[in-house]
Amino acid sequence: MSSNAKRILPGFGLSLGYTLAYLGALVLIPIGGLVLRSLRISPSDFWHLATTPRALAAFKLTFSASFVAALINSVMGTLLAWILTRYSFPGRRMLDALIDFPFALPTAVAGLTLADMFGPHGWLGKFLVPLGIKAVYSPLGVTLALTFVGMPFVVRTLQPVLESLDRDVEEAAAVLGAGRWTTFRRVIAPLLFPPLLTGFALSFARAIGEYGSVVFISGNLQGKTEIAPYLVWLRLEDYDYDGAMALSLILLVVSFVLLGVINTLERWAGRFQT
Amino acid sequence: MAGIVTRVRPRTDARSQRGSEEPAWVRGSLIAAGGLFAAVFLVLPLANVFWQAFSKGWFVYIQAIRHPDSWAAIRLTLVVAAITVPFNTVFGISAAWCIAKFEFRGKALLTTLIDLPFSVSPVVAGLMFAVLFGLQGYWGDWFQARDIKVIFATPGIVLATIFVTFPFVARELIPVMKAGGSDQEQAALTLGASGWQTFFRVTLPNIKWGLLYGIILCNARAMGEYGAVSVVSGHIGGRTDTLPLRIDKLYVGYQGAAAFACASLLALLALVTLAIKSYLEWRADAAHAQGQSDVSESDKTPNP
Repeated sequence: MSSNAKRILPGFGLSLGYTLAYLGALVLIPIGGLVLRSLRISPSDFWHLATTPRALAAFKLTFSASFVAALINSVMGTLLAWILTRYSFPGRRMLDALIDFPFALPTAVAGLTLADMFGPHGWLGKFLVPLGIKAVYSPLGVTLALTFVGMPFVVRTLQPVLESLDRDVEEAAAVLGAGRWTTFRRVIAPLLFPPLLTGFALSFARAIGEYGSVVFISGNLQGKTEIAPYLVWLRLEDYDYDGAMALSLILLVVSFVLLGVINTLERWAGRFQT
Repeated sequence: MAGIVTRVRPRTDARSQRGSEEPAWVRGSLIAAGGLFAAVFLVLPLANVFWQAFSKGWFVYIQAIRHPDSWAAIRLTLVVAAITVPFNTVFGISAAWCIAKFEFRGKALLTTLIDLPFSVSPVVAGLMFAVLFGLQGYWGDWFQARDIKVIFATPGIVLATIFVTFPFVARELIPVMKAGGSDQEQAALTLGASGWQTFFRVTLPNIKWGLLYGIILCNARAMGEYGAVSVVSGHIGGRTDTLPLRIDKLYVGYQGAAAFACASLLALLALVTLAIKSYLEWRADAAHAQGQSDVSESDKTPNP
C-alpha cells in the first residue's frame, strides 16, 4: 500500500499532535529539566561529587553485580528457553507463564521476600548461612536480587528464535555425521548468539537502574552494599540536590548508551531471522 | 521485548526427529536444572510471601490490612492507578494510531523516545519531578506561592507513576495495530463512516485484546511502583504512603508479618496479572491456530 493511500485515514494530525504534546510534557521536559539543572553544576564540582570514594564504590558494585546477574541470566535463560521450546514435561505451560513473574511482581515485594528467604531464619538462609553463604547485607544478595528482576529478558528474547529455528538444518547436520553437541555448538549456537546478546544487554540495563528489590536485601551498608540508585535517593533525602543530580546524570547517560546498544543489537539480530 | 501478545508460535512437528534430539539423560538433567533454578527464583519467593503473611495467623493478617495506615495506602494506590492508567491508555492508543497507520519522518525516533522511560532508573525518574516541582526546583516557588503541593503529595506520586508506566500500552498496541493494517478502516470510511465511528466500530474491536494486555501490565506496574514514588512521596504515614511504601515502613519497623500481609495483596495482583496475560496469549494462539486451519481448509491443500 502506498503511503498516499494511508493518508486517507483521518486523525493523523490529532494523534501525532497529542502524542508529541503528552510525550513532551511528561517525559522530555522532566528529562530535560534534570539534565539542564545538573549542567549548572561546575565541572570541577561535578567531578568531585561523582568521584567520592562512596560514589565510586556504589558504581563499582552496581556495574559488577549487574554484569554478573546478566551473565547468570544468560546461561540460565538459554537453558530455560531451550527446555521450554524443545521438551515437553509436566508443568511446562505453568513454568512458561511463571517466567514473567519478576515483571509482574512489584519490586518492593520481591526485595522483601528475597531478603527473608536468604536471611538466617529464611527457607534457604537456614541452610546457606551455616555454610558461610551470607546473601543478606552482602554483594551476593545484590546480585541475587538483580538476577531475579532480569530473569525474563533472556528467556523471552531467545524463545521466539528457538521456536522458528528450522529443524531440517539440525537433521542435516546429524545426517552429515555431527553429534548433538557439535550440532549445538556449530549450528544452533551461532544463530542464538545475536538474540542472546540482546537479552544480556536488556537484563544488564534493567539491573543498573534497579532499586526496590535490592535495597531490602542489601542493607545499604556504606561503601559496601550501597548501589548507585540508592545513593541518589540518600543524597536527595539529605537535600543534597547537586550530589543526587551528578550521580543521576551518570546513570542517565549509561542508560541511554545501553538503549542505543540494545536498539542496534535488535536490528542486527533481526537480520538473522527471516 | 518480553511478552508480546501477538507472538506467533509456529507449531513444531510432533513426530520425533531422529538425530535432532538429545539423549534422555541430557534432557532430564537440563529440565531438572531449569526447574531447580525456577523453583529457587520464582516459586519459593512467591510461596514465601503468603507463608510469612499468614505465619501469625488470620487475625494478625486481617489486623495488618485493616490498620488505618494500610487502608489509606491501599486507597492511595488505587487512586494513583485509577488516574495513571486511563491517561497512559489514551496516550497509548493515540501513539499507536499515528505510528502504526501512517508513514512520516522521524517515526523511528518517536518510537525510541516513547520507550525512553523504561531505561531510566525509577529513582532518577522520581528525582526529575523533584527537580521540576520541589522547593529548590524550577517551578517550586510558583506552586508554593499558590499553595499547590505537588511533591510530597498525590500529584507528584501520579506524575512519577505516569512516567515509569509511560510506554506499556503504546508498545503493546503498536505491533497489534500494524498487524491489522488499515484496509478495514478504509472500507468503513468509503462506506461513509465518520473517523470516530471507524475508530470505535472497526479499530477498537480489532485491538481490544492487545489493549487489555497493555492496560493490565500498566496497572500492575502502577500499583507496584516503589523507587520513583519513594523519592516524591515524602513518606507521610496515612497520607502519602502507597502500598509498596507502607510495606517498606512496616518492614523497617520490625513488623515482618504485617509487611508480608500487605505484600501478599500485591503478590496477588501479580498472580492475577499473570493469569490474565496467559489467558490472552492462549486466546491469541488459539486464534492463530484457527486462522491457520481456515486457510488450509479453503485452499484444500494439505499442509506440508
